Amino acid sequence: MAVIKKKKDKALPAVNTSALPDIVFMLLFFFMVATVMREVDLKVSVNKPQATEIQKLERKSLVTYIYAGSPRAKFQDKFGRSPRIQLNDAFATIDDVQSFVVQEREKKSEEDRPMMTMSIKADKSVKMGLISDIKLQLRKAQALKINYSSLQPKDVDALYSSEN
Amino acid sequence: MARNKRAIPEINAGSMADIAFLLLIFYLVTTTMDTDKGINRKLPPWDEEIIEDPPIIKERNIFTVLVNSNDQLLVEDEYIEISQLREKAMEFIDNNGDGSCTYCKGFKIPTSADNPDKAVISLQNDRGTSYGMYVKVQNELVAAYEDLREKYAEEEYGKSYRGMDPKEDKDIIKEIKTAYPQKISEAEPLNIGG
Repeated sequence: MAVIKKKKDKALPAVNTSALPDIVFMLLFFFMVATVMREVDLKVSVNKPQATEIQKLERKSLVTYIYAGSPRAKFQDKFGRSPRIQLNDAFATIDDVQSFVVQEREKKSEEDRPMMTMSIKADKSVKMGLISDIKLQLRKAQALKINYSSLQPKDVDALYSSEN
Repeated sequence: MARNKRAIPEINAGSMADIAFLLLIFYLVTTTMDTDKGINRKLPPWDEEIIEDPPIIKERNIFTVLVNSNDQLLVEDEYIEISQLREKAMEFIDNNGDGSCTYCKGFKIPTSADNPDKAVISLQNDRGTSYGMYVKVQNELVAAYEDLREKYAEEEYGKSYRGMDPKEDKDIIKEIKTAYPQKISEAEPLNIGG
């Protein structure tokens, strides 16, 4: 009896959590390194098209984005549903594109300027009329390197089906 | 003396985890993991003046691809599906009509392209074409060139073109690119079904 009583008296030792901060810090550093700050709030919905011959965009600092698509649900009563262009954080018209490119180019260092790439992130349902207008403006602004942002399809055969 | 003998109390690090968690959650929320990928293209420079005499290209060396506002394809005056486009384009580029291309495997059809260097793909779409379709067509045309380069690389160098390292195999890649130069020309879009 005495033996059992002795065992009951002992309190459960506390779990040693001193390594917990280390683990959390490790995760934290991973995310800090892997993170790219979200630069803009998307105001248009962009459902990217799919393609197989895609290349990775190196050096994010050289890339400038142009978004095109129909406004998101919460902006629809104000801006309607027809596809629009978004530059930085605001809706823009086609005439703003050229000055936007010039402005963005100014921000980059001298030697980086010729390497500036414009990434067009457009919804796949957008009509080519709008995209052609953007392309014309880019040509006028001497921003000739472009990239049609697309996704790698999970199933290559789906590329040829009529729905996508 | 009595004071000195007392041990320094340990700093309580219990809340360190909380602070680290807070930062972690912040980074988790603001993080975007998606890597940007897409089809790289180069636009022709803008010229106010219309070029007076554009270079004359023989009809047989032009591969016309038209896309209408219903996303239908007309290739060389023939209605085809998107799944056939890559093969058609490859046949055209690789045709070797004048026999000057030693590595080509084409059928030497007299009405098709002379050699890969002269072959030009002309793409024209409507303002009503969907962007998704446009990217698909672009993708197929680029893929046609990439597939031909892949075949050429396998035969000449015995390794995969897509798997080459852009720095190490710089010269080889350059050589392959001159063997099959990518010539895709885009015309101003039509406005029929806009």
